[in-house]
Amino acid sequence: MRILLTISLWLFASGAFALDAATVNKLGFGDGDEKIAAIAALVAEGDPAAAALLQAATDGELQTAGKLVLIVKGEEAVNAATGAKVTPLPEEREDVILNNRVRRELGGAMAALKLISPDRATRLAAAKELTGNADQAMLPLIKKALASETDAGVKQLLELTQATLELKTGTKESRIAAVRTLGLSTNPNTKMLLLGILEKSKEGGYAEPDEDIRIEAQKSLKALEGRLAWGERAGVLFTSVSLGSILLLAALGLAITYGLMGVINMAHGELIMVGAYTTYVVQNLFKRTDFFDWYLLAAVPASFIAAAAVGMALERLVIRWLYGRPLETLLATWGISLMLIQTVRTIFGAQNVQVENPAFMSGGMELLTGVVMPWSRIVIICFAGAVLVGMWLLLTKTRLGLFVRAVTQNRPMASCVGVPTARVDTWAFGLGSGIAGLAGCALSQIGNVGPDLGQSYIVDSFMVVVLGGVGQLAGTVYAALGLGFANKLLEAWQGAVLAKIAVLVFIIFFIQKRPQGMFALRGRALDA
Amino acid sequence: MTGGISRRLYGPRGWAILALFCVAVFGVMPVLNLAVPADSPFHVSAYWVTLLGKIMCYAIVAVAMDLVWGYAGILSLGHGLFFALGGYSFGMYLMRQIGSDGQYRQPMPDFMVFLDWKEFPWQWWNSDSFWWCAMLVIVVPGLLAYVFGYFAFRSRVKGVYLSIITQALTFAAMLLFFRNATGFGGNNGFTDFRRILDIPIATPQTRMALFAITGATLIGTLLLARWLTTSRFGRVLAAIRDAEQRVMFCGYDTVHYKLFVWTLSAVICGVAGALYVPQVGIINPGEMSPANSIEIAIWVAVGGRGTLIGPLIGAGLVNGAKSYFTQAFPEYWLFALGLIFILVTLFLPQGVMGFLGKKK
Repeated sequence: MRILLTISLWLFASGAFALDAATVNKLGFGDGDEKIAAIAALVAEGDPAAAALLQAATDGELQTAGKLVLIVKGEEAVNAATGAKVTPLPEEREDVILNNRVRRELGGAMAALKLISPDRATRLAAAKELTGNADQAMLPLIKKALASETDAGVKQLLELTQATLELKTGTKESRIAAVRTLGLSTNPNTKMLLLGILEKSKEGGYAEPDEDIRIEAQKSLKALEGRLAWGERAGVLFTSVSLGSILLLAALGLAITYGLMGVINMAHGELIMVGAYTTYVVQNLFKRTDFFDWYLLAAVPASFIAAAAVGMALERLVIRWLYGRPLETLLATWGISLMLIQTVRTIFGAQNVQVENPAFMSGGMELLTGVVMPWSRIVIICFAGAVLVGMWLLLTKTRLGLFVRAVTQNRPMASCVGVPTARVDTWAFGLGSGIAGLAGCALSQIGNVGPDLGQSYIVDSFMVVVLGGVGQLAGTVYAALGLGFANKLLEAWQGAVLAKIAVLVFIIFFIQKRPQGMFALRGRALDA
Repeated sequence: MTGGISRRLYGPRGWAILALFCVAVFGVMPVLNLAVPADSPFHVSAYWVTLLGKIMCYAIVAVAMDLVWGYAGILSLGHGLFFALGGYSFGMYLMRQIGSDGQYRQPMPDFMVFLDWKEFPWQWWNSDSFWWCAMLVIVVPGLLAYVFGYFAFRSRVKGVYLSIITQALTFAAMLLFFRNATGFGGNNGFTDFRRILDIPIATPQTRMALFAITGATLIGTLLLARWLTTSRFGRVLAAIRDAEQRVMFCGYDTVHYKLFVWTLSAVICGVAGALYVPQVGIINPGEMSPANSIEIAIWVAVGGRGTLIGPLIGAGLVNGAKSYFTQAFPEYWLFALGLIFILVTLFLPQGVMGFLGKKK
């Protein structure tokens, strides 16, 4: 980006070079203070030639030879003031030394100059960089940029910066206007600024002597605080929904295998892990091709199929023989989970592996300053919703779904009317496992992928299913979202670990009160 | 079934095995470890004394687990928690016994100095008293089990539901103990013990004494469990396991029976934990991980549920295999353990004891 900018500025600039020679000399030969003054002057000029010169200084291309200040690029040199080519390259050259203070000024100056770049993204980035660390000398330039700025987002940021600067130096009217502008901001730093105005000084008076400004500041502060509080609430809401969707994904498969079929599958977490590692393998296959950004399209079905295959094999080989003995099923599936963990460790190593996000999932949407919703999380929320809808359709609208429901409600009767119950069991278990694989594919996008991935989700996902009630999907959805909210709200109040403990203890007590979960299926059997 | 077991447990052969075990623990081991010179082939090294002592602690836990699972049909996935609580209770005393010999040469335990705590938190009240901590070893797991069991059994939570909830309980406790602020050393737990009752802990004599006490506790636990399960109480318990509702309709209050055996089992686990900590020399929240608690269940399953002797054998077999595998082929231990889980549940539902019984 920066290189492109440099080149474009360079090409643009080389024709119309005409900078004040005195300023350029100050930059080349002056001491620290003089250099800073020169930089400020160059910024104030705000034309492309100045930008090119400052960029050259930033890149360390500024040299002096005798009384000339040169911009040296490789074997070519240009007179920094006039833009004329200097040939041949003078032998005796010295680098212009820039100390840290000057460099810092230079950084701010470059950001200010980027404000006049034709590219919107560059301007936005520059405007962001300037909020909070703008210098008085940049005020004219910011005003100039504001006059020509068309983009609303950039304009807002610039107005904010302008207001911050005006507040320090401007006339009373302009300062009141500045305080009002600050009230429209969403930046937590602005709050500090406004608080600074209202602060009482040690002598008992106010830091800000003008009462009108204080009143305005009070109003702006109130508006700002209200907006920040909403931002915070929106942030908590988003993280809650995000956690809820993750819990939902992890628990949906379990809602089939445990909720509908009654199989305690302690290896469920490891099926999630299988999905995550499948995503990793698919990602590696796509790494050398040009379609890397699309690898998820292949990884989603692949992780479903891989986990479903493992699940069906388990059902055929082990679980089938243990129907009706839930405690034994629990132990046997735990054994399976240990073996799956060790298998993965043997193949992929005990360390976590890297799964990269495709480009469209990195970054995020910024609600307010500091409240960012990452795209990956948004995609996962949508994905969880899609999986939920897909599963609901499959269970209610297809023949397989009909069979599954029939077998779970009344196995002997279903068998009598010709439903192949054993095969339905295998398919249903495969479906539940496949959904665990999908969860693994999603989780690989936001968390670590390692052999212990499944262990960290198994307790949570059982809690979701148990809390929601066995036997239907609605309870699972409510329980997942409810636990997501409870966790995040408590987390904001007491910290993550205590929140988790509190939620677990709550569930333990809740189960005692309502052993069938929130949404119990009504039946007449005494022993459910 | 109960008749057969009582015959087997009380028969002449049962007594003979018990006597042999007593001779081994109280006679042969001390002599071979302390009296036989170290270069003799008959010498039993400190490693073996510690290992066998550790396995005997596990065997106590397995017998306690058999009481609730084998006889009352309650599969607990939280017994590791009771074990660790007993260990932590006694560990507090051992930490206080270090005195000022810790790394920082201060009267507070090292981790508290490290966290810059000036006073002991309330949990540590009176923890320099041996008898107080010994009481905590029994009271803490017992109280937790009683309260939890009271609510769970009263609302008729049972079967797999109960298993999952106990797992959540131990998981929550593990998270709690991982925090430094809980006051039990966080990640690292307690270690680096020096003395017990002002006697240095690392001498062969102390080690042997702890070994013998563990052996005595194991025998005591076994006799207690045998008496309980062959009494009228044990018969009601087995009836509850097999048909709880029928027992209720006969007029028994099943909650009290289950609650008693559940609490007793937790207390025994706590005692085992307290014996385990000074021998192994460390206790940390890892002991509370759900995986550890499930392993206890597999010891019982391997040996055979509802046989009391079986779980003892199972704990020995599984842990013996574990020590061997983790040294010889560490990468295959999880495969082996997983296979044990699967094969035993599929092919040996009665465990080793059932297998032996069939042969006869």
